[in-house]
Amino acid sequence: MLEVTWLIPALPLAGFLALLVAGRRLGEPLAGWLATAAVGGSFAATVVVFLGLLGEHAEERTFTQTLFEWVPAGGFSVDVGFLADPLSVTMCLFITGVATLIHLYAVGYMHGDPDFTKFFVYLNLFVFSMLMLVLGDNLLVTFLGWEGVGACSYFLVSFWHTSDANASAGKKAFVTNRIGDWGYMIAMFLTFTALGSISYVDIAAGAGGLATTTATGITVLLLVGAVGKSAQLPLFVWLPDAMAGPTPVSALIHAATMVTSGVYLLTRMNPVIAQAADWAPMTIAVVGALTALFAATIAVAQTDIKKVLAYSTVSQLGYMFLAIGSGAYIAAIFHMVTHAFFKALMFLGSGSVIHAMGDEQDMRRMGALRKLLPITAATFIVGWLAIAGVPPFSGFWSKDEILLYAYDTSPVLWAIGLVTAVLTGFYMSRQVFLTFFGEARWDRPITDAAPDLACERGLLPGGDDGLEGDEAESPTVRNVYESGHRPHGVGPQEAISSPHESPWTMTVPLVVLAGLAAVGGALQLPFTSSTRRLEHWLEPVVAPDEAIISVATSLKVGLAVVAVIGGLIGIAGAVVLYLRRRPADRPAEPRVLARGWFYDSTISAFVGGPGRKAFDAVAWFDRTVIDGAVNGTAALVRGTGGGLRRTQTGFVRAYVGLLTGGAVILVFVMILRGVVL
Amino acid sequence: MTPFLVAAAEGGGASLDFPILTTMVALPAVGALVVAVLSGRRPELCRLVALVFSVITGALTVGTLVAFRGADAGFQMIEKTTWISDLDISWHLGVDGISLFLLVMTGLLFPIAIIGAPAARDEKQFLAWLLLLEAGCLGVFLALDLFLFFVMFEIVLVPMYFLISGWGHAERRYAAMKFFLYTMFGSAFMLVGLIATAVLHGRATGELTFNLVTIANDQGSIATSSARWLFLAFAAAFAIKVPVWPLHTWLPDAHTEAPTAGSVILAGVMLKLGTYGFLRFGLYLFPEASAWFAPVMVTLGTVGIIYGAIAATMQKDLKRLVAYSSVAHLGFIILGTFSLTTQGLQGSVLQMVNHGISTGALFLLVGMISDRRHTREIAQLKGLQKVAPVFAGVFTLVMLSSLGLPGLNGFVGEFLILLGSFTSARWWSVVAASGVILAAVYLLWAYQRTFHGEPDADNEGFAEMNVREGLVMAPLLGLIVFLGVYPKPVLERIEPSVVALVAHVEANSDREEPDVNQLGPDARPDTYTRGREVLEEHRGGEEELGSAEEEGE
Repeated sequence: MLEVTWLIPALPLAGFLALLVAGRRLGEPLAGWLATAAVGGSFAATVVVFLGLLGEHAEERTFTQTLFEWVPAGGFSVDVGFLADPLSVTMCLFITGVATLIHLYAVGYMHGDPDFTKFFVYLNLFVFSMLMLVLGDNLLVTFLGWEGVGACSYFLVSFWHTSDANASAGKKAFVTNRIGDWGYMIAMFLTFTALGSISYVDIAAGAGGLATTTATGITVLLLVGAVGKSAQLPLFVWLPDAMAGPTPVSALIHAATMVTSGVYLLTRMNPVIAQAADWAPMTIAVVGALTALFAATIAVAQTDIKKVLAYSTVSQLGYMFLAIGSGAYIAAIFHMVTHAFFKALMFLGSGSVIHAMGDEQDMRRMGALRKLLPITAATFIVGWLAIAGVPPFSGFWSKDEILLYAYDTSPVLWAIGLVTAVLTGFYMSRQVFLTFFGEARWDRPITDAAPDLACERGLLPGGDDGLEGDEAESPTVRNVYESGHRPHGVGPQEAISSPHESPWTMTVPLVVLAGLAAVGGALQLPFTSSTRRLEHWLEPVVAPDEAIISVATSLKVGLAVVAVIGGLIGIAGAVVLYLRRRPADRPAEPRVLARGWFYDSTISAFVGGPGRKAFDAVAWFDRTVIDGAVNGTAALVRGTGGGLRRTQTGFVRAYVGLLTGGAVILVFVMILRGVVL
Repeated sequence: MTPFLVAAAEGGGASLDFPILTTMVALPAVGALVVAVLSGRRPELCRLVALVFSVITGALTVGTLVAFRGADAGFQMIEKTTWISDLDISWHLGVDGISLFLLVMTGLLFPIAIIGAPAARDEKQFLAWLLLLEAGCLGVFLALDLFLFFVMFEIVLVPMYFLISGWGHAERRYAAMKFFLYTMFGSAFMLVGLIATAVLHGRATGELTFNLVTIANDQGSIATSSARWLFLAFAAAFAIKVPVWPLHTWLPDAHTEAPTAGSVILAGVMLKLGTYGFLRFGLYLFPEASAWFAPVMVTLGTVGIIYGAIAATMQKDLKRLVAYSSVAHLGFIILGTFSLTTQGLQGSVLQMVNHGISTGALFLLVGMISDRRHTREIAQLKGLQKVAPVFAGVFTLVMLSSLGLPGLNGFVGEFLILLGSFTSARWWSVVAASGVILAAVYLLWAYQRTFHGEPDADNEGFAEMNVREGLVMAPLLGLIVFLGVYPKPVLERIEPSVVALVAHVEANSDREEPDVNQLGPDARPDTYTRGREVLEEHRGGEEELGSAEEEGE
C-alpha cells in the first residue's frame, strides 16, 4: 500500500500537465472538474498510504521511496525521493483534503472568469509543489516544493494581473519569501558540511552528534526561512497584500497550506533544534508570540473582510511558532490542522460573501447578511467560535495546548498568548457582527450607507487623505468608479440588488469544513492517554521527551478556564462595541492599527526612498566611475597617440599596433627573465 | 564495445576513424566561405545553406556527446597534426568533460540564432560572419595547443566586431569598438603570457612546445613566482572576456547594441570563452597560481554577483538589464571555479551551459519584443501578458530559470556553486547567496512593468508568439526543464574531469579540498563517523557500479 506514495504528488502534476496542454479545449467547467479530480485522487492515494502506515508498528512507520538521483556531484548526492511517515502523511491528508474542497469551491467561484482554466493550471501546480514540500525525503526536494509554492503563490496573487496593485502584491510575496529562502539555502549548506547528507533520515540519525554552535546556526537559518514563508515578524508584510489574489487562493495557499510550511520545516528538523543552544528555540517562541500579538492588534482595525482574516492568519501562525519554540511540536501540528479547517472555512465564507455582494470586500458596506446567506453565515459562525477558542470547537483544544506549553516555557509568553486570545475573540466577533448582523448597509447607494467608505473611494469630499506608502498607489485615493471598470474587491456604487446564497459547489465545501472545524479537536483531546491520538501518531517523528512538561493537572484546567474566559471577554467587547451600537455611535478604530502600526508603509518608504537611491548610486557609479575610467583611458590613449593616429585610420591598424605593443612587452619580459633566470 | 574502441581506450586517448573534432571546427568555416560566394540577392538560399551547415555542425557536437566515454577524466578523441614543427605548434584538438557540453551548447545555439534572429538586411554577410564565429568558438573549446587557442580566441573577435558594427542598434559603432579594443587589450597580455610560458617551459625542459597537456603536466618547470605572473597575464584576457567585475563595462554596451543573434551568441557562447579559459589555462595550466589567487577571484566573483544584480535592477532598457544580469550570473561561475571544490567546479561548468540556454533565450525574447515594438525601454512597454499570454508564459519560464527556481536548470548550477564555495569560502558563499534575492527583484520588477497591468494604446497590438518563434524557443524551454529535473547525465560526465582538475590543483599547491563533516571544536565523534559512513556508502556504491560496467564489457 505504501508503494503508491509517488502517486500523491504525481496526480496533481498530471492534472497540471493535462490542463497545460488541453485546458483551453476542455474549457469551463470541465477543466475545473479535471483539476478537482486530480487532487481528489491524490487525497485517495494519501488515505491508502495512511492506512498502510497504520498497519505498521509505530516504530516502523517510515517509508522512503526513491525515484531517481537528482543532483550527484562529488561527495554530494541528492535523490528525488519521498518520505512517508506520520508527519508527512498528516500534512498530506489535510493538504489534499482541504485542497480538494477548495478546488470544488473554485469551480463555482471562478465561474465566468476569462482565465478559468489557467487558474486551475496554477492551482494544480501549487498542490503538486506543496506535496513535494512535505513528502520530500531531503531538504533539497523540500526546497523544490518550497520555492515551487512560492512561484505558484506569485502566479496566483497576481492572477488578475492587469491591476497594478495585484501585480505588486505578487512580486512582493515572492521577493520577501526569497529573503527567507536565503536562510534556508545556507542552512542546507551548513547541514551538508556538518553531516555529509541532507536527507531527513540521516539528519535524524546524525543530529545527536552535532556541535551546539552548528545546530544553533542551522536552527536560526531555518527560522529565517520559516519566517519568510510563514509570514512572521519581520517578514510578514507580504501576506496581507497577497489577499489581492482570488479568494480560493487565499484560503488554500495563504491560510491552510503554504504558510504553514515554515512550521512543518521546523517540526521536521526538530532533532537539530534539540541540539541547539537554548536561546535558539526561545527566539522561535518569542518571534511567534510577538507576531501573534502584533498581527492581532492590526486585525482589530481592518475593514476589508479578507484583510482581517489575513492578519488573523499571521497571528495564528505566530501561535504555531510559539508552540515550536516551546518544544510543543505536536501542539503546533495540531493547531496547524485545526487552523487549516477553520481558516479555510472562513476564507471561503468571505469569498461567498464577496460573491454575493457583487465583489465588495469592505465590511462597512455589509451587515445583516445572515438571513440572505444562511449557509455561509452558519458555517462562518462555526469558524468564528473555533478560532475564538470556545469549547468544544476545534480551535479551543489546539490553542489551549499551545498556551499550556507556553506557560511551561515562560509565563510572559503565556501572557502574550492570552492577550492575543482576547484580541482574537474581539476581532473575529467584530467581523461576524459587521458582516452578518446589525443593519444592512448594501441596500442603498454607497454615499448614503457608508459615507466613510465613499470618502475613501473619492465619491465624497474629505475623508482620509493622509495615505502614504503603498496605500497611496492603491485605487482608493482616487475615484475608483471613474474609469468604468471596477478593480477587484470594490463593489458597485449604487445599491446591491438582493445578495444571494452561492451555488452548491461553494456551499458544500463550507459545510464540510464547518463540520471539521467543529469536531477537529477530537484528534487530540487532553483527557487520557488514549484520547491523545495525534500525539501517539506523531511520536516517532518528534522527540517525545520534548512533549513532557511538568504542570499539575489543576493548573492545566485553570489555564484552560482562563483562556476560555479571555476569549469570551473579547467576544463580549465586540458585542458591546459593534452589536449593541449603531455605526455612528461606535468609536473609530485607531488609525495606527488600521494602518498596521505603519510597519509596511515604513518599509515601503525605506525601499522606495533610501533603498532605491542606494541602488541608483551603484548604477551611477557604474556609468560614471567604472565606465568613465575605461572611456577615460581610451581618450587618454587617443590623445597621446593623436599625432600618430591622424595618419592612420581604421581599426586594423589598431590591431597591428596592439600586437606590436604586445610583442615589445614580450621581448622586454624575455630579456628580463633571461637576465633573472 | 568494438575491439577497435577497446584498443583505442587502452592506448590512451581514444580516437575515432573520422576526425570529428576537426570537421566540427572546419565545417562552419567552410560554410562561411560557401555563403560568401553565394549571391546576396537570394537571402533565403543563404539562410538555408547557413542553416544546413550549422545544423550539421550541431549534429557533430551531439555525435561527440554520444561517442564520449563518460567515466574518463582525460582528453578524448584527440586529433593532432603538426603545424609549425620548429616551435612544436600543432593543430591539437581534444574534448573532455569540461568542454563537452560547451560544444553541444554552441552547436545548439548557432542554428537557433540563425533561425530565430534573422538579420534585417545583408543577410548573406551576416550569416557568413556568424558561421565564422561558430568555427572560432568551437576551436577555442577544443584547442589543446596554446598558440592554436590564442588564434581561435582572437578569430572570434573579428566576426563579432562586424556583427555588432554592421547590424547593431543606434550606438553600434561605439559599442563594437569598445568591445574590440577592450578584448584586444586583454589578449595582448595573454599573447605575451603564452609565449613566455612556452619559452620558460622550454628553457627548463630543453624542449620548446606549445602543447597544453605537456606544459600543464610539467608543473614545476616554471618557477612559482613566474607562474603567478603568467597566470595574471592569462587572467587579464579571460577576466575581460567573462567579464569579471570591474572589467565588465564593455558588456552592457555590446549586448545592448548587438543584433539579437549577436547578443544570443555573445552571452550564450562568447562569455564562456573566458570562464572556460580560466578552467583550462588557469586551473589546469597554473594550478598553484590559481590557488594563490583564488581568494581574490572569489571576492571579485562575489562582488560581481551583487553589483551586477543591483545595476540590473536600475536599468531602463530591457536588453541592458539582461546584460547586467549576465554580470551577476558570470560572477557565480567565477565563484564556483575558484572555490576549487568538486561541487563548485561542477556547478560552474553546468552553469556555463545553463546561462547559455537561459540568457540566450532571454535575449531572443527581448529581441522579439523590440522587433514588434521598436523599443526596448521598459517604460514604453506595458500589459503584454493580456495581449500575448503565450509569449508571457514563455518569458515567465525563462525568467524563473534565470532567477534559479528549483526544478529548472539555473538552480542546479547555482546551488552546486554555492554549496561548493560554502565548504571552501564560507562567508563569500553566504554573501553570494543573497544574489538570488536580488535576481528575483530585478527580474520580477522588470516583468511586472513589461507584462503586467492594462496595455496602453501602443502595446495593445502586440502580436502573440508565432509558430516559428515557438519552434525556436521550444528546444531551449525543453532543456530548461530537463536540466532542472534530471541534470544527472550532464553532471556525471562533467564529474571525472572536474575531480581530476581539483586533484591536479591540490597536487600542485598547498590547497586541499575541504572535507565535509568539519564540525565545530566541540563536535562529538559519532556524527562525524556517521557522516563519513554516508559518504563512504555513496562512493562505494559508485565503485561497485563502475566495476560492474567494466565486467560487462
